[in-house]
Amino acid sequence: MNIRDVVRVHLPIGEDLAIQKNRIIGNAPGKKRICIITGTHGDELEGQYVAWSLARILNERLDDLHGIVDIYPSLNPLGISTIERGLPGFDLDMNRIFPGSDEFSANEYVAGKIVEDIKGADLSIDIHASNIFLRELPQIRINEKTADTLVPMAKDLNMDLIWIHSAATVLESTLAWSLNSIGTPCLVVEMGVGMRISKEYGDRLTTGILTKMAKMGILDGPVMPVFPPIISTDGYVDYINANQSGIFMPEATHGSMVEKGQVVGIVADPLTGHVREKLRSPMNGLLFTLREYPVVYSGSLIARVLGGAL
Amino acid sequence: MEQKRIFSFSAFPYRQKITIDGFYFGDTSRKTVAVVGATRGDEYQQVLISGLLIKRLKQLEAEGLLSSSSGIVVIPSASQFSMNVGKRFFPVDNTDINRMFPGYDKGETTQRLADGVFKAVKDYKYGIQMASFYLHGKFVPHVRTMYTDYQDNSIASDFGLPYFVIRHPQPIDTTTLNYNWQIFGSTAFSLYSGFNTTIDMPAAQQAVEAIIRFLVKRGVLSSRTPITEGEKTITLQDTSLKKVISAAGGFFFPIAQLGQQVRKGDLLGRIINPVTAESSEEIYAGSDGILFFTCSDIAVSEHTAVFGIADTSSI
Ligand SMILES: [Zn+2]
Repeated sequence: MNIRDVVRVHLPIGEDLAIQKNRIIGNAPGKKRICIITGTHGDELEGQYVAWSLARILNERLDDLHGIVDIYPSLNPLGISTIERGLPGFDLDMNRIFPGSDEFSANEYVAGKIVEDIKGADLSIDIHASNIFLRELPQIRINEKTADTLVPMAKDLNMDLIWIHSAATVLESTLAWSLNSIGTPCLVVEMGVGMRISKEYGDRLTTGILTKMAKMGILDGPVMPVFPPIISTDGYVDYINANQSGIFMPEATHGSMVEKGQVVGIVADPLTGHVREKLRSPMNGLLFTLREYPVVYSGSLIARVLGGAL
Repeated sequence: MEQKRIFSFSAFPYRQKITIDGFYFGDTSRKTVAVVGATRGDEYQQVLISGLLIKRLKQLEAEGLLSSSSGIVVIPSASQFSMNVGKRFFPVDNTDINRMFPGYDKGETTQRLADGVFKAVKDYKYGIQMASFYLHGKFVPHVRTMYTDYQDNSIASDFGLPYFVIRHPQPIDTTTLNYNWQIFGSTAFSLYSGFNTTIDMPAAQQAVEAIIRFLVKRGVLSSRTPITEGEKTITLQDTSLKKVISAAGGFFFPIAQLGQQVRKGDLLGRIINPVTAESSEEIYAGSDGILFFTCSDIAVSEHTAVFGIADTSSI
């Protein structure tokens, strides 16, 4: 075990902001490096379980390990330690300041050092956990501009689906985009829900990462079978947004198949006892995203449905 | 003047509707100038400037000084929902309306709000936004625009403010109002005046004066409108703004005054260790220029841009 500083910055009073990583070096020969990254958003905790469980397993299998595994359990220690999604006291989402070139604050400096540290890895995996509002099936999200390279790399990770989404200029400030654009492959995992740990999802991803490492020649030993994911483009994903404000109550189960017109949930008004809105699925498909947090406004995302040939 | 509701949506059961109002002057069928005030809940200065502007335009319109072939809309606030609970961003998901443009009427809540604002202000010839910076600090009053293929630099001096800054947009800037105004064909300016969370009345009056001056120069208000003479405008690229970065964390005490001419090696400020009250760092100017930006945080980390110096040597 080898805990290292990626970057360290003096805070105003008596403490440093330190981004740390656990560098696990195998006893078997090999030069490849894989980076497991999480904790950009302080309210997303699913990756904490994966970081912990992967380190535990690899610590016992150093003789099978070729090369290096770098685990970055928290890119935003101030957020995760204070139950805050963002960078405390800072306006911008941490995943919108990469590669940290326009340095105006300590946060942008830190972002730049993180990219520098991961740069050159053979594979990096950035684990997110949706947010407190939505529960997600385990999935990999890939920008359409990087799909040709990344989709083949994402198939072994034991996730339910790979969602190839359309490009937007604003997304060029994410960690994944910054890494991919300098030739360091980065896959983005979204799974579970904010402020919770879904152990089953974490175990699946851990297995997926070990399988991927075996296929890359970084890990010896038996390979667990993984399920191939559904691969989808934006064209097959439909969104359900609330048009009324109130209290959302789901009627469909997350991860189930829904039919066109089926009620996914309602927006209730507890003051009057009325139903303000019934939210229906726009098509037959897989309910892969579902609202978890009951308070909704006009516009709040309620669900996403994956249609097409499943 | 005519007050019109440009946007409203479903109220939460125990709250009032979220609404956005526009104040229209002149010929409402003409789209000449659109002004947007606060898009964030702590932009008190920005909503007040809009209010003062509305008051002034009402008076000038009554005096017959508004051109009959022009139309103006002022939207003082799109962030009342946040302002009423003391939050900068949309309080539920902490999203920023000014990072949601051009908006989407079927999208998330703040995308819908942005869409409501944008539908009301796009297609105007000129767009003016009362803006605030994403870092805590104070700028020399200036007008700013994003560098796009569409921006018009020649008329920024009509505001008569001392500086005009051209920002070269980062990917994150592509969702701001200023950027989208330009993409949709308007000439857009952002006005930076004072802090957010406080009110600086002289700075607010100066901003209103600058807008009135612009409207007179653009022929929207009659040349008989009483205005004060503006200042000569110096154009700066944001890339020429030299940042002074702190090398220590602690309490920050600026010494140099905003707007002051500084020389390389001048003492600009100090960082004090909060528990020993000893100086941790003396901060010196790394170059000559005008002190353009000062951080307003008391507690700062290492690697914070505590000052910005505008390099005026090339002008
Ligand atoms: Zn995230």
